[in-house]
Order: sequence, then structure tokens, then C-alpha cells
Amino acid sequence: MPTTTIDGHLIHVNDEGFMTDPDEWSEPLAKTLAAGIGIDLTDEHWKAIRFLRDDFAQEGETATLRRISVIGGIPTKSLFQLFPQKPAKKLAYVAGLPKPHGCV
Amino acid sequence: MSITESAPIVPSFEDGDTGRKLAIICSKGNLDMAYPALVLANAALGEGVETHLFFTFWGFDMINKKTMGDLKFTMLGNTATHLPQGLGGLPGMTAMATHQLKKSIDELGIPEVPEFLQQIVDSGGHLWACRMSADMQHLQPDDLYDEVEAIISAADFIEKSAGAQLLFI
Repeated sequence: MPTTTIDGHLIHVNDEGFMTDPDEWSEPLAKTLAAGIGIDLTDEHWKAIRFLRDDFAQEGETATLRRISVIGGIPTKSLFQLFPQKPAKKLAYVAGLPKPHGCV
Repeated sequence: MSITESAPIVPSFEDGDTGRKLAIICSKGNLDMAYPALVLANAALGEGVETHLFFTFWGFDMINKKTMGDLKFTMLGNTATHLPQGLGGLPGMTAMATHQLKKSIDELGIPEVPEFLQQIVDSGGHLWACRMSADMQHLQPDDLYDEVEAIISAADFIEKSAGAQLLFI
């Protein structure tokens, strides 16, 4: 398993660069991860990130966009605005979680 | 073995216009044949792929306000249920099979057809209705799901789907 250093944080990642240990994640790190993919985090982003983190802690898997909108209450349209093009993957990346496995 | 890279490993999200485009022709009005297109369209949009759904023939049932919430699943002619075909013709069997399928889909947290179409539109997907089917069924734009962008001809569709990967369902 590779490790990488992002802005002074040494983290374990998979081959693609997604973090593999949720406990290594922190809010300052999220800001750096987001900046690395061109996203400046606003309160709206944080709402989605915190939902994803809490939901992962409870369910043991990363929520799909459908789940984020239905359970997390963040509309699909907003998710595409906040994390353009590939919202589910980008959000998971910034939240230090694996890519979602669910189909819908 | 642990490898420490000097440059940070950041996933490539391939931002920007990748030019990838997907067009799905929905020609069936059975509940079980509606979902493949919806699931794939939704997945493609989540990957940043420009996605168009073109509804034609029986696929119109997916966007006709009167039928879209009431698609059915039947055992008849479907050997994959592995039950005697004769059973499928008994009264109430289609209703029961439909109920069972809807229940399984709901248990997975997957929405019903109208809500799924809304999710696709909210994700940036485009819905188009076939001119000939609309004419054959005497349907006007008002009869169709509000998010359908227009009733277009086959030639229009060919134009819109230029360069797209194409799926016929």
C-alpha cells in the first residue's frame, strides 16, 4: 500500500490516491485534498463531507449520490455544482473515504 | 512493501470536456426493461459523461404521465423466472410479479421510474421523445413528463447523438 505526503500529512492511499485509512483524515487535510482537485470548500461542501463521514462511520460504506440526496438532504443538482463532473468520487476523495460501490 | 512517493498521489478525475457522450434508446415499456437504461444513464452522468435518453415506441410508457408510475413486469414470455409459463397467464399474476419486483428494487434504495427520471435530469441528463411514437399514440408535449425537453424526429436524434456511444434497450 503506497503512502503519500500531502501538505505535510503522511497518509496511506490506494493506487489511485484515495485514502485507505479514514482515521488519518482531518478537516485541515480535507481542505488540502479539495484544493488539490481545484475545489475551494464552502459551508455547503462541508455539509456534504460531514454527512458522508458520519454515514460511513455508521454504515461502513460510502454513500452513493442517491443516498446523499435522500438521507443527507443535499439535492442532486447541488452535488453536481459543488463537486463538478464526478461528484460521488470527488466527494469521497475529499472526505478521505473509498469510492462508493453502490450502482444507484 | 511500502512505497513512499515524493510527489503527492492525487486521483486523476479527468476534468474538463472529455467529449464522451452516451445516447440510450429506450424502446420498452416493461418495468424490468426500464431500469437498465435508468441505472446506466445515472452512472454515466455520475462519471461526467453527457447523457441523452431517447424514448420510442413502448418506451413512451416511461415518460407518458399516465403510465410512467405504473409500468408492469410479467412472467409471460420470460423464462428467466424459472417458473412454468402457464402460471404467468393466471389472473393477478402480472400484478403480483410487478409488486415483487418493485419491492426488490425499493429495498435496494432505488427509486421508482418518475423519481429516477427526475434524478437523471437533476444530474444533467437529457430526455427526448420520439416524434413518430407521439404521433402514433396521439400524444402532445403536455401528456409527457414535464422534464422531457422536446418531441424530436429520428433525424434530430441522429444529429444530437453525433459521436455518442449508443445503447438500444
